[in-house]
Parts: sequence; C-alpha cells; structure tokens
Amino acid sequence: MEMVIVAPPAPGKLEDLRRRFFATPLQAILSLISLTIMVYLAWKLLNWAVFSAVFTTTGGPEACQAAAGACWSVIAARWRIILFGLYPYEEQWRSALACVSVVVMTVLSCIPAFWTGRRIALVWGIGTALFYVLMKGGVLGLPYVGEETWGGLALTLFIFVTTCLIGFPLSICLALLRRSELPWISRTTGLIIDAVRSLPLISILFTFAIVLPFAMPQWLVGDKLYRVIVGSALFFSAYQAEIVRGGMQGVPTGQEEAAMALGMSYWQRISRILLPQAMRNALPATINQFVISFKETSLVVIVGFFEILASGNAAYGTGEWRFAYVEVYAFIAFIYFVFVFSLSRYGAFLERRMSVGER
Amino acid sequence: MIRLLRNQKVRNALLQVLYVGTLAGLVLACALIARRNLAEQGITSGFDFLFKSTGWDVTFSLLPVTANDPYWWYFLIGIINTLFLGSIGLILATIVGTIVGLARTSSNELAQLLGRTYVDIFRNIPLILQVFFWYAVITHLPTPRAAHEAWGFLLTSRGLYMPVPNVSGTALSGAILALIAAAAIPVWLGRTARLSRPVGERSGVQFAGAVAALACVAVFLALGRQPDAPLLDFPALQGLNLRGGLRIPPEFSALAIAIAIYGGSYIAEIVRGGFKAVGKGQTEAALSLGLSPWRVFTLVRLPLALRAMLPILANQYVWLMKATTMGIAVGFADFFMIVALTINHSGQTIEAIGILMAGFLTINLSLAAIFNRINKAIALKGNQLRG
Repeated sequence: MEMVIVAPPAPGKLEDLRRRFFATPLQAILSLISLTIMVYLAWKLLNWAVFSAVFTTTGGPEACQAAAGACWSVIAARWRIILFGLYPYEEQWRSALACVSVVVMTVLSCIPAFWTGRRIALVWGIGTALFYVLMKGGVLGLPYVGEETWGGLALTLFIFVTTCLIGFPLSICLALLRRSELPWISRTTGLIIDAVRSLPLISILFTFAIVLPFAMPQWLVGDKLYRVIVGSALFFSAYQAEIVRGGMQGVPTGQEEAAMALGMSYWQRISRILLPQAMRNALPATINQFVISFKETSLVVIVGFFEILASGNAAYGTGEWRFAYVEVYAFIAFIYFVFVFSLSRYGAFLERRMSVGER
Repeated sequence: MIRLLRNQKVRNALLQVLYVGTLAGLVLACALIARRNLAEQGITSGFDFLFKSTGWDVTFSLLPVTANDPYWWYFLIGIINTLFLGSIGLILATIVGTIVGLARTSSNELAQLLGRTYVDIFRNIPLILQVFFWYAVITHLPTPRAAHEAWGFLLTSRGLYMPVPNVSGTALSGAILALIAAAAIPVWLGRTARLSRPVGERSGVQFAGAVAALACVAVFLALGRQPDAPLLDFPALQGLNLRGGLRIPPEFSALAIAIAIYGGSYIAEIVRGGFKAVGKGQTEAALSLGLSPWRVFTLVRLPLALRAMLPILANQYVWLMKATTMGIAVGFADFFMIVALTINHSGQTIEAIGILMAGFLTINLSLAAIFNRINKAIALKGNQLRG
C-alpha cells in the first residue's frame, strides 16, 4: 500500500496571530495590556518629539515655549556648546574631526583583522595621537588650544580613549602580577585590586583630582585632567585585571606546561601562548567593561570638568532656554545611547559568533 | 655576588622585597608629603577633629542634627543616609527589575518586546544623566501654590509631600517593625511548620501570627499618638510654603527614581538569566506531573531561578550601594558628600579619605557576607537537580 504523507494545513494569517498572541485568556490579557502600553507610549512620544515639536530657531524661545511638543530649537541653537564646549569657535572643526578619528579608531579595532597585539596598538596609537594633535594644535600651522578649553563630546571621548589606553596594558600587568608564583607579589597586587574595586569611582576621581596634589611633590602634580585620567585608568584596570585573570584561568594548564617543555622563556609563554587564548576567553566581558567605562566617563562632571553632561547643563542653564531641559538631556542621552548601544550590540554579536566556534 | 643573583631563591626573595618595598615607599612618601603640606597650612594630623563641631549643615538627615554637632556624628548621618537611600533604591530596583525580567521571560512576544525596549533604553544611558534628568524634572514642578494634588499627596518643586500619622518617632518605627513582622511571620511559620502540621491547621497558625503582629501595630500607633491631633497629618498650604506632612526632598526622590530605573534594567537581565538557567526538563517534568502553570512557576521555576541569580544579584546590590555616591551631583548628603565637605571645611584630608575607604569596605563586605549566608542557606544539597 502506498503511504501518502500529507502535511497539516499551514495556519492562515489570522490563525497564526491568534495562536501567537491569544492562545489562552491569560495570554490575551497580557497581549492587550502590552499593546495598549506600547501604542500609548509610542503615540505620546511621537506626538511630543515630532508632530507638535518645533525644529527651527526662527521663532526664538518664545515660540518654542508656546508649542505643546518638544523644543528642538534649543539643540539647533546650542549644539555647538553641547558638542564642543568652550573650544574656540573658528577651531571647532578640529574638535569634530578629532571625534571622527576616535570613532574610526573604535570601528577599526572591532574588525578581527586588527586583533593582533601590534596592529591594535598601532591603530590606537595613531588614532590617539591624531586626536591629541588635532585638539591641542601648536604644530602644522594649527593654533594652540589648551586643555582647559576642551569640552563637550570631544572631552568625553578623550577621557574614555586615554583611560582605555593606559588602563588596558596596566590591567594585563596587574593580572600577571596577581597570578605570580611569588606570594608577596600576588598578595599585594590582590590587595590593591580589591581595595580599588571596593571603592566607588567618584571617590577615586575626587582623590586624584583634589586630594592628590597635597600628597605629591610640586613638579609631579601636572594638569588636573591627566590626574583624573590616571585615576579612572586605575579604576578601569582593577576591574579589567579580574576579567583578564578569569580569561587566563580558562586556558588549560597543559598549554603553559607544553610551552615550558619546549623551552620557551617566561615572556614567550605569556605573549605567544597564554595571553592570546586568555584574551579570546575574556573578549565578551572586556567589551562589556568598555561599555561600562564609557558610561562612567560622565562622572568627571562631579570633579568639575566641562564634558558633554556639564556642557548640556550649561546649554539650558542660561536665561532664555531654561525651560528646555528635557530636550537637552534627551539629545545627550541619544548620543550616549548611540555609542553604548552599538558597542554592546557588537559585544553580543561577538559572543554569539564565538560560541558558534566552540560548539 | 653575581652567583648569588643567579640563585633562584635569592632572586625571588629580592624581587618580592623590591616590589613591596617600592609600593610601601610610594605610599609612605605620599603620606609624608601630605603631612608636611598640611602642617604648613596649620592642620594637625590625627583623629582629634572628629570631636570638634562642624559649623555647617547637612541637607538631609534621619537623625536630629545641628551645626554644633561633632564630625563623628556627621559621618554617622552620612552612612545612615547612604544605607537608607541604598536600601530604598535597592528595593525599588528589585521590584522594577522583577517585573521587566518576568516580561522578558514570558511566553508572550509583545510583553517580551516591551521588556526588551525598556532594558535597551535605560541600560545604555549613564546613571548620572538620569539623576540629573529626574532632578531637573522634579525641580521644574509647579511651586507649592499650584501643586499637583492627589489623595493628600502633593507634588511640588520643593519635593513630594505626603500625609503621616500624628505619632511620635519611636512609636512610628515600632509600628513599622511590627508591620514587617506581620508580613514575615506567616512566611516564617509556614517554613518551620512545613512538614509537621497538616495544611489547614498551618494556615490557621499563620493567620493568628499575622493578626497578633497587626494588633501590635495598632497598639504602637495608639500609644504614640499625640493628643488633640487628627490621626493623619496632611500637608497644607500656609502662606508661601507647605506645612505638615512628610517632605521627601527632590534630591532624594531624583536619586531613588534614577537608581530604581537604571538598576531595574540591570536586575531585569539578571532575572532573565536566572530563569534561562532553569533546565527545560524541570518545567516539562512539573507540567507532566499535572501541576498548574502557576504552581509550576512558584514551586519549580522560581525557586531554582532564585538560586541561580542570587550570587550575581549580590554583586549588583553592592554596585547599587556604591551608586548612592551620585548624591553629590545633586546635593544629597550621602557618606561620600559628607567626606568631601569635611575635606573642604576641616582640611583633614588623609583621615577623611581613610574613613571613606573604611566605611565603604565595611558596607561592601557586610553586604557580601549577608548574601553569602543567604546563598549557603538556600543552596540545594547535592547536584541531582540539574538540567
């Protein structure tokens, strides 16, 4: 007898919808509640941000205040302050270009072809140098602009990049010192790492910015900006060191023993065998740490820097735009969101990709 | 000499001495320089300043305080403020996180989408920006004259005013403790009597316990009540200001809201991870035993998920406690702000930083210890309940 296998009839569009969202009464209620919340919020938000919003500066603050929706004119009028802070007006293109160079650098270091120690160091070295030259000037016919006028997005990015640049190598050193076989070295390093991790970042920034000048010889004090960067790099490296150490623990001990049996020296074992595998293990957590530290650069506003949050406060804080605080914060939040969200999405993508390789 | 250096043991010892010695030397040098610099400004080091009066005010305090109080009292107030804000933020963040996390793990795709949008938005905006935002929103509310009013609550630019019972402070705290007991006693009785009593009798005992605790609440309120005053003290407009009721200052509510929303988005992810860690086989086995979906959730999935998420949750709580230091951004007198003000006013830099480190170390370690105890107490014995 011939068997005929017939597939069950494919559910229609409506039937499919019913099964997905209205299978049981509870499901139906849940769906309806979620849908109501979503539609309500989406409508409110769209209405506020687009339909009844004012986009041009022609009417001035008065026309804006009269409108029911968002007042995007404050951004149109003040975007230069928010993005560039007190940087000289004619030179602000340099600040913009510097931000672009940091973004390009970050994108490049997300491409696997650049994931060798030398290439990544080269990309970050060139990117940061370019940023620094563009911002500070004084060479190549660019007028000199001191650090005290840096501000806005450029300052945020500068603090983030230099924190990573100092903190990352430092974290590898700390992780290596912590797993040292010499008990006093590993214990002391462990103590330092744990002490830094148990403190809030603000207190470390405060100590480096305001307290440390008392405890240093005059010739070492330097600019407040660089002290804060060192403090935030120390904080970053304490957390990152634990991530690197976790990655190292994931490398089978046989790897290092085999390298030892082949007669490799300590540095060869570390740089050729241990670190490449450990960094691979630690990659998702590392990207997460970068994301966190980018968000945390915003804390320097407390020790008195004019980074993007402070420049935003200044943008609405003066006179005529006093009412438009929501729009300014929404704009800054959007900038942070773009950076942080794309970085964390990239991290999630990487995690998926790497877990595919392990299966 | 060179032969001595070739000796592995000697070299190791030398390396360690060098490393520890350099670090200790650095710290010592910093301390000495700081002492000399401070001495030049006429500040003597030592902890004597703790007993001098401060001469400045704090904006928020749960305990009575005047500018004549000594520094140690201020530090205590700071720690209590930090713990108070931290625990309120922690509770709110846990509630928000649980709701959003459950939405993310539910089988309903619309609820999932809603939860995911929430997490994606609020996790990716720095906490301090959210604190500034809520602070700006609250301080831009109408003045007391034009306040929003609902059920005796008043929303104004000077803070949230709410009605409070007209009873003395000690009686009120006693009543609150009894109220917590009323909620906790049935759970506790249920636990201890779980196997020894039949179900019906057990709930009777629980009910009696809860009623007894609630009776204590009533007794406390009656004893502490101020004579000739209505039971509830409502805030009311008097001249340009509001009188009566309890005022929650804008700094506090802005911080609590921001911590609840931001922390909630992190806790939602932890909750989701916890439920994901529960093996599918567990749910299927429970369903095939004929348990209703609700009982599968409360008896099987929730207890297992709770155990999976607790260690990560503990880390998150420690982080939230540290996040209260954002208070300085809006002027909330938390522990760190008190330390910063102390440094500004008294110049006792090294001592104040030492107190700050000791304080946070104590808070972090005790939180970690509490969670380790809970973790040990509820850990499953053996490893048969996997997958």
